[in-house]
Amino acid sequence: MGDYTYQEIFSVITMQSFAGVSLLCIYVLMGLGLYIVFGQMGVINMAHAEFLVMGSYTMCLVSRMVTDAVPGLLDFYFLLAIPLAFAIPFGVGYLVEMSLISRLYKRPLDTLLATWGLSLVLQQCFRTFIGAREMSATLPEWMMGSWSPADGIDIPLSGLILMVLTILLTAGLVIFQRKTSWGLKMRATTQNREMSGALGINTKMTDRLTFAIACGISGVAGAFFTTIASTSPTAGTNYIVDAFLVLVVGGLGSLFGLFISGGFLALLSSILEFFMTGSLAKVWLYLIIFAVLMKFTKGLFSEKIRT
Amino acid sequence: MTFVVCAALGLGLANLQAANPMLDKYPTDKVNTTGLAVTDDTVTVGQLHSITGTMAISETGSVEAERLAIEQINAAGGILGRQIKIIQEDGASDWPTFAEKSKKLIIKDKVACVFGCWTSASRKAVLPIFEKENNMLYYPTFYEGLEDSKNVIYTGQEATQQILYGLDWAYDTLNSRTFYLIGSDYIWPRTSMKIARKHVENFLTKKDPKCKVVGEEYYPLGHTNFRSLINKVKLKKPDLMFTAVVGGSNVAWYKQLKSAGVTSDKYNLLTISTTEDEVLGIGGENCEGFYSSMKYFQSLDNPANKAFVAAFKKKWGEDSVIGDVTQAAYLGPWLWKFTVEKCGSFDIDKIAEASGGVEFKDAPEGYVRIHDTNHHLWSYSKIGKFLKNGQFEVVSTSPDLIEPYPYPEGYQ
Repeated sequence: MGDYTYQEIFSVITMQSFAGVSLLCIYVLMGLGLYIVFGQMGVINMAHAEFLVMGSYTMCLVSRMVTDAVPGLLDFYFLLAIPLAFAIPFGVGYLVEMSLISRLYKRPLDTLLATWGLSLVLQQCFRTFIGAREMSATLPEWMMGSWSPADGIDIPLSGLILMVLTILLTAGLVIFQRKTSWGLKMRATTQNREMSGALGINTKMTDRLTFAIACGISGVAGAFFTTIASTSPTAGTNYIVDAFLVLVVGGLGSLFGLFISGGFLALLSSILEFFMTGSLAKVWLYLIIFAVLMKFTKGLFSEKIRT
Repeated sequence: MTFVVCAALGLGLANLQAANPMLDKYPTDKVNTTGLAVTDDTVTVGQLHSITGTMAISETGSVEAERLAIEQINAAGGILGRQIKIIQEDGASDWPTFAEKSKKLIIKDKVACVFGCWTSASRKAVLPIFEKENNMLYYPTFYEGLEDSKNVIYTGQEATQQILYGLDWAYDTLNSRTFYLIGSDYIWPRTSMKIARKHVENFLTKKDPKCKVVGEEYYPLGHTNFRSLINKVKLKKPDLMFTAVVGGSNVAWYKQLKSAGVTSDKYNLLTISTTEDEVLGIGGENCEGFYSSMKYFQSLDNPANKAFVAAFKKKWGEDSVIGDVTQAAYLGPWLWKFTVEKCGSFDIDKIAEASGGVEFKDAPEGYVRIHDTNHHLWSYSKIGKFLKNGQFEVVSTSPDLIEPYPYPEGYQ
């Protein structure tokens, strides 16, 4: 890097670190819904990505409607779109649990097949009812710019907002799980369904809400992806592999592990991407994940004993 | 009663014959000596695109344009007096399926020709079948070149038409001397960038030795995080980012450029992969001021194009947009019609023979002509500037038709 001034190197390091942090946020957002469903409930949800896409579509459609009907409100439509992006996947998730997942708790491997089918059905629904073309939300002007604290450093505002949202969602989830009675029931049910039932917890309802909440969170994550990328019926598949990897490397069922492995992989991939080309960086990233999983077969932070 | 019906039928047939004077001039046994699906009043063609799967997004426009062209040809009396019928098959974004369906269209349905394919992979999959079974494919996409076949008419640009004109234009107009090459990771961007690099290193350096490629990067298809790449671009400060990012990645790429402060007032970008179709998803405000090298833009100001855009919107909806490939797909049926009329036959060998030199004077993109030997099109290259409303302002058109050059010397 002989040709560059210290200032240039400094600003690149700053921006690269921020790129790493943004990627961490993306990993965590993708992983959160999976963490609840897969890590806590033991259900392999292959349709996770489609709930994410559902949130993205909600965002796009709300933005389109606002642009058409009341363009003056373009700056604020987020306030409406985010709750909707939670509510719609929440509702669909609720129905899916009721009709599909609830019949399969005793056969966890079958959830893989059932939800895989579900994901194909949902993809086709998006294609039929919304259209096959790529879509993206029109962002309000204030979200698109960058903040430059010094010459040569540009921190994307959308990245900052992504960060704030990730922190809020994660904190919300932790508080919900640790501090509310619903959270307690949820943890109890996921750890031992029969025992919780015997203690008088309505495990059916708890399962249903847990699954629906996970879907809702995925929807919010999806809504946020429209600020950086586009939505198409199969867009979710781009994220699902990474999300599973982060979760598996972190160790199932550990929120802390999700953060650490997300951070580890984000850091690694932004370093690799900087020193080699994009495709090669991806190959190295997967090789390193492979090596880590060979050494830590249960992930970096596997949870205590589970039933 | 029976007599009346028969008489009516007979009259009807007689009327049909009378309404089809072409039949006297071009009787079926003369224009179709190889057993294609041609009757006295219809000719059947195949349409082979992805209706499902990941490529459906891109190929929808081509399907729509080909249907429009065929409808217009039929309305104008068809082809040698015969109405065109379409058998549509779905390649499902899967190359073996493309091969299988093309076999079905050619061998079972005996179609007179096929309009189809989009990706190079699908074209490569069907090419041996078209050559072995001897049928004609009208292929609409701009692509990497390094191919020519007597059984294919390439109605998009091959690589050099798009790339060399674009780079020379950037050199002359934007004073670009340092180039950063960026693409999605598969054959088309990689071959395109190889040609671009050779052009910078072997040809532009002769004009100005300062010209050089300062970076070359590929990201997996569907990649959505370009922040590291953008930081590298900022460090290298190239005069021009030359890009071939495809599909959904485009949206992430332009949005992140904008949010990282890499906008057209400070940086130049010239793309060979972004058309009006993609801008619909990206949002015009995210790519405003950058440039695209294509041979067609929806905003082209000529009567033929205005009529084409109006007809397209009438048929496919006011919100539809027309990108470069969509227009190239529209050329296919028309070029086929002109060729059939030129040789007075549907036979594949005669069409292959007669294709060289066939002109489409009032094509939406302007005048085009099929090359005498390599079956690509002579066409005008153009540079468009992205506007906020999702359309392009044409800022440059090549002064002459550019010769297709699928095996460029010095670029391999």
